[in-house]
Amino acid sequence: MVPVKRPLSPHLQVYKPQLTSILSITHRGTGVLLSLGALLLAYWLVKLAAGEAAFNQLQQYTTTWYGKIFLTGFVFSFYFHLTNGIRHLFWDIGMGLSITNTYKSGYAVIIASIALTLVALILGDII
Amino acid sequence: MTEFTLPKNSKVETGKTFAYAEGTTNKKTFQVYRFEPDSGENPRLDSYEINLDNFGPMVLDALIYIKNEIDSTLTFRRSCREGICGSCAMNIGGTNTLACTKAIDEFKHNIAIYPLPHMPVIKDLVPDLTHFYAQYAAIKPWMQTQSAPPPDTERLQSKAEREALDGLYECILCACCSTSCPSYWWNSDRYLGPATLLQAYRWIADSRDEYTGERLDDLEDPFRLYRCHTIMNCTNTCPKGLNPAKAIAEIKKLLVSRTV
Repeated sequence: MVPVKRPLSPHLQVYKPQLTSILSITHRGTGVLLSLGALLLAYWLVKLAAGEAAFNQLQQYTTTWYGKIFLTGFVFSFYFHLTNGIRHLFWDIGMGLSITNTYKSGYAVIIASIALTLVALILGDII
Repeated sequence: MTEFTLPKNSKVETGKTFAYAEGTTNKKTFQVYRFEPDSGENPRLDSYEINLDNFGPMVLDALIYIKNEIDSTLTFRRSCREGICGSCAMNIGGTNTLACTKAIDEFKHNIAIYPLPHMPVIKDLVPDLTHFYAQYAAIKPWMQTQSAPPPDTERLQSKAEREALDGLYECILCACCSTSCPSYWWNSDRYLGPATLLQAYRWIADSRDEYTGERLDDLEDPFRLYRCHTIMNCTNTCPKGLNPAKAIAEIKKLLVSRTV
């Protein structure tokens, strides 16, 4: 008898998105964005060291709409990764691992990261 | 490897619809994953439109009704029908659970039923759990001792030592948690997954077991244990209300505390 090639049962296609998995993948996504943003941050510092003219030339992009979108994304990534990272530290010492507490801390991370992003953007005159 | 899409032979096609009998009042549609290994065809999603008045309250009751009355080719595992054997674990309405303890009235609309996610399918709702069981066997799920047993008694435990096993010994190895874990989907060749790790911790936490060090040595591996990223889908889906994520966190804590 020829062995049947067994199909793989659906996974991502059918598994219900939920706070647990959504925040986890967002943590990873924001981590990747932060790494990319760090390159631009380094470039920004290089321009800063190169003198006022070079710095101003780069700085003017922060007032464009795409500059603002990038900064918003970067700042949100930073605060999300930071607050969710703190959540992970609690988990690593064995705290807050019940489903009730996981959902509470998850919503807290969402609210805190959005609030901190807004504060930073307002203080930074981005919005 | 991380693959977000299904292989060509696994894509789910639209299947047959078994329409309501005339005069049906208490209606519900069950969409069930079907795979016929001898047909050479892709899996498909069949729709069974049925009258809820004809059977009991649980999803398993509906599946048994479909098999008995509508389509005898439908294949699924079931045994105890009371949530203790773990046979009828499947993906119901988007999350993994036991069909026998999941009430139909928890779902407002249609109920989609798939086999446990990211597993090779033998037929319909029956996944191949060979690899899952091999991983379980790999953690040596039995008591290991060096000391001679007490001559006149069993190896006794204090009340507190016994309580350390609560929330662990209840695991029925239904594989709901492991197959809910994205990390297990994509690394199950080397990552043990939540169910097996909870079982590993069950023996680490057992005061009578004398091989705790060796057990921890076996788990200290970037893949076997540390592919757990605390996603928490496992704990969220466990039909027995257990907490595999917590058990894994305890193993990680023990590994850290023995090095500092």
